Amino acid sequence: MEVELLEIQDFISQYPPFDELPEDALIEVVKSIEISYQRANTNIVEFKDEINELYMLRSGVVELYRRNGNLYNRLDQGGLFGQMGLLTNNKVRFPAKATKDTLLYCIPGHIFYDLCERFEYFADYVESEDSARLKQAVTSKNQGSDLTTSKVTTLLTREPLILASDTTIQRVAQIMAEEGQSAALINDLNNEQEKHFVGLITEHDLCAKVIASGLTVDNPVSSVMSTDLISLDHNAYISEAMLLMLRNNVHHLPILKKDRPIGLIEVSDIVRYESQNSLLFVSSIFQQQSTEDLAQLSNQLKDCFIRMVNEDANSHMVGRAMSEIGRSFKQRLLELAEEKFGPPPIPYCFLALGSMARDEQLLVTDQDNGLILDNNYDPEIHGEYFEKLAHFVCDGLDACGYTYCTGDIMATNPEYRKTQMQWEACFGEWIDDPNPKALLNCNIFFDLNGVYGRTKWAEQLNRFILSRTKNNKRFLACLARNALNRKPPLGFFKDFVMENDGRHNNSINLKRRGTAPLADLIRVHALAIGSQSQNSFQRLDDIIEAGILPKSKGADLHHAMELISIVRLRHQALDVESDIEPDNNIEPENMSDLERRYLKDAFLVLSNAQNFLKYRYTANTF
Amino acid sequence: MHNFINKEILNWNAYLQLQGRHCKDKRLAEFYQAGTYNDDTPLKEIEFVALDFETTGLDPKQNSIISIGLVPFNLNRVLCRKAKKWYITPQDKLEEESIIIHGITHSDLKGAPDLLRVLGPFLEQIAGKVVVVHYRNIERAFLDLNLRALIDEGVIFPVIDTMQIEATIQSKQCEGFLNWLKRKKPGSIRLGNSRLRYNLPSYQPHDALTDAIATAELLQAQVRYHYSPETPIKDLWL
Repeated sequence: MEVELLEIQDFISQYPPFDELPEDALIEVVKSIEISYQRANTNIVEFKDEINELYMLRSGVVELYRRNGNLYNRLDQGGLFGQMGLLTNNKVRFPAKATKDTLLYCIPGHIFYDLCERFEYFADYVESEDSARLKQAVTSKNQGSDLTTSKVTTLLTREPLILASDTTIQRVAQIMAEEGQSAALINDLNNEQEKHFVGLITEHDLCAKVIASGLTVDNPVSSVMSTDLISLDHNAYISEAMLLMLRNNVHHLPILKKDRPIGLIEVSDIVRYESQNSLLFVSSIFQQQSTEDLAQLSNQLKDCFIRMVNEDANSHMVGRAMSEIGRSFKQRLLELAEEKFGPPPIPYCFLALGSMARDEQLLVTDQDNGLILDNNYDPEIHGEYFEKLAHFVCDGLDACGYTYCTGDIMATNPEYRKTQMQWEACFGEWIDDPNPKALLNCNIFFDLNGVYGRTKWAEQLNRFILSRTKNNKRFLACLARNALNRKPPLGFFKDFVMENDGRHNNSINLKRRGTAPLADLIRVHALAIGSQSQNSFQRLDDIIEAGILPKSKGADLHHAMELISIVRLRHQALDVESDIEPDNNIEPENMSDLERRYLKDAFLVLSNAQNFLKYRYTANTF
Repeated sequence: MHNFINKEILNWNAYLQLQGRHCKDKRLAEFYQAGTYNDDTPLKEIEFVALDFETTGLDPKQNSIISIGLVPFNLNRVLCRKAKKWYITPQDKLEEESIIIHGITHSDLKGAPDLLRVLGPFLEQIAGKVVVVHYRNIERAFLDLNLRALIDEGVIFPVIDTMQIEATIQSKQCEGFLNWLKRKKPGSIRLGNSRLRYNLPSYQPHDALTDAIATAELLQAQVRYHYSPETPIKDLWL
């Protein structure tokens, strides 16, 4: 007879990866379990012991350690360990110790392997200690868009192409090509006035109905157009348009106003929609006539940000849009400054530094900027002009919510208004005679971007920097050492952030402990290979191409960066929506279990990458 | 060493062998012949079986067993794959008040075998092992008396009683002048409360198999806390 072990079954079915198993598989697992009691402070498995079981905590606390004795993870109720050993060589990879009285469920290896074989979710879960689970998280987060609040008319950019039904197929194709349209509406001249069009012809029709079937192109278009027409009123929402297109499997949708076609939308229009939102904002920046107007407009920045986040834009898109907006504020302020103080006496280039240069700006950000001046700069003659200009811009940025840089890395600081030659000399000194202390505060100078004026000078300066940093071991070692200053936490335990020494904290600054150290680390690799890119994701692409990272580690870093950024920007959006001043701090109690797990995985990727960085750049130098 | 009626038994193994020669029922004879461990066997070498009954009431003379749960274990592992559970048609009536306790209803017992049909497979599971119960007066008395009522022959074997262990420890911890001053009272020795002292999780009580597993886990914990794997079995069994 079937023995019911309901108490155990109820328990394990609450925790992943068992939560997705069908009941019969679950019963099989439960029947195979051996229960073991471990008193506090007993070692459960030792490094390199043979391991043939998966362990699940029914109660208590177990700590796992790295080979060097450092804490690797702390598990409580529902936690799993042993899967890494089972999946590799049946040797314990992380020794485990019960730190409180613990009751363990031990699941035999053969059951574990069988579940891996039969259930993809189970295998994915246990195999992806870190990187793969992260990848899943990032891809699933980018799915689904909320387009329920905007009308389809916002997607329309021009009048639809309307052609007569007796036009030849060839002529229709020619006009479509000339107009750059992928579809056209067909009008029947003999048709009574009630309807304004009788058919639709698309590129796909031309391909499938004409070319593929060898039809002569001299036939009238009416012979191949689709007449089963689906259209939508101009008052409909974008989400309705999307649903309608999906439901009917069409890629083009005529939009009608009082039965007259006013436009034709394509699936790709909807896809492109997300970024348009910020373009609108940018264009309104350039219409403002004073700092006060700009400051007024900047209040809408938060709404723009929230919309992008709610529409599930990825972090790269949000970062780029926010940086573009930040740059536009700067540009407009400089235009206003030149109106006020007159044209510049000598050419200059206004620089964005740090996150804006990397296209990674989010909501809470201070301003980091500087000026490159023409080599003919004479402080006696030109000094006053540029001082006034710098103050005008920096004060204006502050008024627009880009607070002054606490480290005084701003164009208002005479230190950071240098001529082209002075900047090169300055970078030359940092690079050729590096010491970690001097480099500590100038990390962000290595992310620079020309915003206004002779922006080419910024590119030249960048090339100069890269020519000096590429393969420069001493400099890279110093930079790498600085990049290791900020370490990610180990993970989470209950409602706390768990640090590497096992201490608990109430909250975590996701910028300081996550995205910033990641960007630092990526910068070192980027400078080492001479990558011209500034954005961390683009730098990573260059780094992966250069082949200096172990296989798949580049992609892991990409996912980690994306995940931490997404959590960070989502929490900022939540703060704004609940009228709290947004910041980079997150309390674990406000995270979902899933977020915690994914973040933990991302921290692990970062931590491993930091170890690799140390090994690669600092091994022989210190 | 005393058995449940306080009659001293000097050598359990010899006692069981002797019983085996005298008893009439074949199933009981086989059970006895499997014998048990020698007195000095350390706990780490022992195969235990945790046992729990649900009954129609508390009086073994009047009431009967309606459910048996058991699970074999050793000091390191409780073996769920060998767990067993039987429902048994009672000799007396299933009363409303006992249904409230164990939740076993008439429909659960519909078609369930009577104790005699289960006796063979049941004894086979516990033969040669050391039986562990929480409160021996239920399990040992019910089995013995229910059997006597059916086949005019009872059964006696050594048991470890986790409740007795807990009682001993609790009273020891409350001994002494200081504790008397502090008015320290022995803690509850009910299964669930005893488990809490070892940080064992709470289970839904009054399911024979769940309680058997709970008892097995409790003994593992008690040994880790108060005894050692080298402790001889004679110190614990009764």
